[in-house]
Amino acid sequence: MSISVSNLYKDYGQQKAVNGISFEASAGKVLGFLGPNGAGKSTTMKILTCFIPQTSGSARVCGFDVTEAPMEVRKNIGYLPENNPLYLEMYVREALEFICNIHQIPEKKARIKEVIALTGLGEEQYKKISALSKGYRQRVGLAQAILPDPQVLILDEPTSGLDPNQVLGIRSLIRDLGKTKTVILSTHIMQEVEAVCDQVIIINKGKIVANGELNELKMEYPGRSLEEIFIELTSAN
Amino acid sequence: MLAIFYKEIGSFFSSLVAYITIAAFLVITGLFLWVFPESSILDYGYAGLDSFFNIAPYIFMFLIPAITMRSFAEERKDGTFELLATRPVTDYDIVVGKFLASVAIIMLTLIPTFIYYITVFQLGVTKGNVDTGAVIGSYIGLFLLGSVFVSLGLFASSLGKNQVIAFTIAVFLCFLFFSGFDSFSQILSLQSFSSFLTGLGINQHYQSISRGVLDTRDLIYFLSFCALFILLTKTILGSRKW
Repeated sequence: MSISVSNLYKDYGQQKAVNGISFEASAGKVLGFLGPNGAGKSTTMKILTCFIPQTSGSARVCGFDVTEAPMEVRKNIGYLPENNPLYLEMYVREALEFICNIHQIPEKKARIKEVIALTGLGEEQYKKISALSKGYRQRVGLAQAILPDPQVLILDEPTSGLDPNQVLGIRSLIRDLGKTKTVILSTHIMQEVEAVCDQVIIINKGKIVANGELNELKMEYPGRSLEEIFIELTSAN
Repeated sequence: MLAIFYKEIGSFFSSLVAYITIAAFLVITGLFLWVFPESSILDYGYAGLDSFFNIAPYIFMFLIPAITMRSFAEERKDGTFELLATRPVTDYDIVVGKFLASVAIIMLTLIPTFIYYITVFQLGVTKGNVDTGAVIGSYIGLFLLGSVFVSLGLFASSLGKNQVIAFTIAVFLCFLFFSGFDSFSQILSLQSFSSFLTGLGINQHYQSISRGVLDTRDLIYFLSFCALFILLTKTILGSRKW
């Protein structure tokens, strides 16, 4: 299993942001991480990427524990944080080169060219990031995430704020990546889950309320759309 | 660490910060040294760079916090710090990379001022009648003082997300450590600690190196000062994990 999380807790003072969740994810699948705002999706992702530590429990990425071997975990993860932070004053290629330097990628030029082609940044590659539209910025964020060719991709709301055409482009890219890698993506757009994900985890108030294959979940609640299932699971206390 | 260093240098030069800092430093010191009558070498009549080395710490006190104020405050505000901190680099790499980049900018602001030395060298009544040892010592002192100010500036920048607050705190800290301790030592009731207090301040060590005598005590003072604030900055950045 490339990601295994067991009994993960994260407290912020009194508030329990993540309240004992356990799940696993393996390569070749796209895992959708669903939940209402404030359910603990981003917190879980931040723990998996070693940005903040958990209060208790354990998480392993590619066999490395996030608290014991954070550097190894980071080498194997591509992360697109929420709201897609970027160095706006950098040029697209400059930003990608910076990521290459951090990861000490040997064939910089070739890899950057490859990733630019993959993310469809060809026409915009010589622009400053601040001059790009939101959709292209999102692609730069994604390009930065996949640049070191990580085994695991963690994408926090990768399509928020994009126009429908851009959404389609990003989704098909994520699907392609998911064929060989482990992809976890968080979202609260149900169509996106149906379009991209193989496995679904619904999380509410820090707890997992559903975990399974997308079609299994649908069979469990026959005749209902994913949206209705989501509302039923997350509105119950 | 090197990747961070190059990135910072790149952003200093692409955002004009470096050019403006260097230009401002040169214009201000140039005015004090050659134009303003009270401190001008031409009016003063002695072939020395004393007025340059006396005024430079006060210019650094404002310029260096301006260079360093964005380094962490902006990264935190824009969320790009998360981008950095989830890559395979340690917090220590990030802090030291940024520290070295700012120090490199300080070096670049100092190099053009060698021309002042050359000018004074030529102007001496017997050509070359300048206390070269003191000038070299003063440059080393100024560079070390700049490095200390950078470490204070980075520390101030790591405290929050607001650049203006970072700037203000950094100027305050630089002033406190540069001349505040000297002033404290003059308070009557603190007389018994006075040499200890001046020893804590930067000024005494700066003056001591400026005489052209490289004392290991002064070197250790400056280096451990930088190390301490780099460590404090790293600790503040790590506080997200508490």
